[in-house]
Amino acid sequence: MTREESSGVRDVAVVAFAQTDVLRTTDELSEVEMLMPVLHSVLDRTGLKTADIGFTCSGSSDYLAGRAFSFTLALDGVGAWPPIAESHVEMDGAWALYEAWTKLLTGDADTALVYAYGKSSPGSVRDVLTRQLDPYYVAPLWPDSVALAALQARALIDAGDTDEPALAAIGARSRRVATLNSRAQLRGSVPQGEYVVRPLRTGDCPPVGDGAAAVILAAGERARELCSRPAWIRGIDHRIEAHALGVRDLTDSPSTRLAAQKAGVFERPVDTAELHAPFSSQEVVLRKALRLDDSVRVNLSGGPLAANPMMAAGLVRIGEAAARIHRGESDRALAHATSGPCLQQNLVAVLEGEPR
Amino acid sequence: MPEVLKAPLVVEFPFTRSLGPVQSAFLTGLREQVVLGVRAGDGRVLVPPVEYDPVTAEEIRDLVEVAATGTVTTWAWNHAPRRGQPLAGPFAWVLVRLDGAGTGLLHVLDAPGPDAVHTGMRVRIRWAEERTGAITDIACFEPYDGVPGQLTGSNGEFEGERVTGIVAPARLDYTYSPGRAQSAYIAALSTQRTVGERCPSCRKVYVPPRGACPTCGVPTAEQIEVGPRGTVTTFCIVNIKARNLDIEVPYVYAHIALDGADLALHGRIGGIPYDQVRMGLRVEPVWTEGARYPDHYRPTGEPDADYDAYKELL
Repeated sequence: MTREESSGVRDVAVVAFAQTDVLRTTDELSEVEMLMPVLHSVLDRTGLKTADIGFTCSGSSDYLAGRAFSFTLALDGVGAWPPIAESHVEMDGAWALYEAWTKLLTGDADTALVYAYGKSSPGSVRDVLTRQLDPYYVAPLWPDSVALAALQARALIDAGDTDEPALAAIGARSRRVATLNSRAQLRGSVPQGEYVVRPLRTGDCPPVGDGAAAVILAAGERARELCSRPAWIRGIDHRIEAHALGVRDLTDSPSTRLAAQKAGVFERPVDTAELHAPFSSQEVVLRKALRLDDSVRVNLSGGPLAANPMMAAGLVRIGEAAARIHRGESDRALAHATSGPCLQQNLVAVLEGEPR
Repeated sequence: MPEVLKAPLVVEFPFTRSLGPVQSAFLTGLREQVVLGVRAGDGRVLVPPVEYDPVTAEEIRDLVEVAATGTVTTWAWNHAPRRGQPLAGPFAWVLVRLDGAGTGLLHVLDAPGPDAVHTGMRVRIRWAEERTGAITDIACFEPYDGVPGQLTGSNGEFEGERVTGIVAPARLDYTYSPGRAQSAYIAALSTQRTVGERCPSCRKVYVPPRGACPTCGVPTAEQIEVGPRGTVTTFCIVNIKARNLDIEVPYVYAHIALDGADLALHGRIGGIPYDQVRMGLRVEPVWTEGARYPDHYRPTGEPDADYDAYKELL
């Protein structure tokens, strides 16, 4: 919903963002060891200490870790004693940010620390993601994440929305611009490669990697104290579509469009968009749903095709968009996060910097 | 720095799930080579069927039989099948709109190669020889040029027992690494030593170390050897024998603060009658041949520790 709809409530901004390098493997680090540097980085940028944070919220997944309640160990990195106000979502950290945003709107806290992390390297993420599917009709067939994205890609090609060379160009562009992002896993020229599941080739798929990210949110004057140009969250919304793939039109993303509308995206043009499209074909769907034309700079970070740390990649999109506003490189940016097969769940945020 | 440890970790569980009335009818139907859908509020027949309308969320129960033939609405060629997938050789993933249905069913298509598959192609169900009432009762789809399949006239009622549940085995394989700090702890245990790490900020020594101080939220790195002796800080008496555990009950399970540690470990107390264990009891580890951690702790014979010496560690 937009700020105007929740009238009378306070303005909330992203005031700091940090992320790790995304790496294919991080055997030498436990999750908390991987996470701590980004937690310290966002705290250092704002001058806040753990004890100053009003609310902490995180996103991660036990299925990636292969262990129950794995997020509790990561709490060691936050400094959870004396007791803190804390919550966790078993989702991408973008949804943890949504929870923290609502917490700040209530006035119960003035600042929030949001973090997310995922190590895909210990398991096979293609197989792990089958466990989020309908357990009665779909999961027993073990369709992996690339296979489901490939069904969507074929539907787009059949509909005339794209073709294989156009998809390859999306991957190539993502990795080319990622040369300016030292955190990205794949940078520069990468071969389009063989088919993984036809029509998707290696270059259409995200690299599998480990990484973490953290964001600090602050409300009202507190945000101005902590950041010279806060990235104000003007609207944020998330929507979901039917679970069964066969019920949905895979060439469209009505949930993204509705979330964008509720977040106020269509009220004025954005100059920048960070899209959580793990597969090249999904960028085609999202550009259509969000009505993004060539005037909008899309995924200047390289996006998920250059680095896709599970459970953090959506939060990274919000963080990258906010960081551009902090640096004065954007005035109004869109950030999108997704979860589930073929863009099932979608979150859209609009971030703005004040006039300079 | 010692080598970071790695080990295979298998997470495996036979998920046993009960079915609602619509799912039950659908899967019982598959067992009998009948495909049932459900009519939604907008008139579409959903196959596979669900119990709540995806648009209105109204409960829906109106079962409708559809044919075992249909049309591919989208597909993807899988040249390298993975564990658990329906066919061992290359196949196509397909969404098939069965004749009479308004939505697509996800399954696989047995075809000689990607050139033999296209959107709009006609297919039919190849039934599994042994059917139990599961989505895998459809072995796969196969290309089919003939007329639409005949309906059986089923009303959703079948002879024989209704399928009311499924067992869906799931297995995921991981290579677990405990990271730097815990690897060092485990490596030290292999030489019968216990090492913790000291927080650079609050100076507390954590055992086992996890690489972070949970109070200060900062990395720990300075290794400190603790023990081997320690003090019982608190305990309980276990009266129920756990399955696969070869320990006579009652026995004592205790928290033990090793000398030099600022956090209590847990372990079993032996070498003393269970009803004589007490807070403050001084103990030492007992190692068995080839073990990777102490089997239990026994009294050292020292005088009990003063309460003030361990009250912060309770």
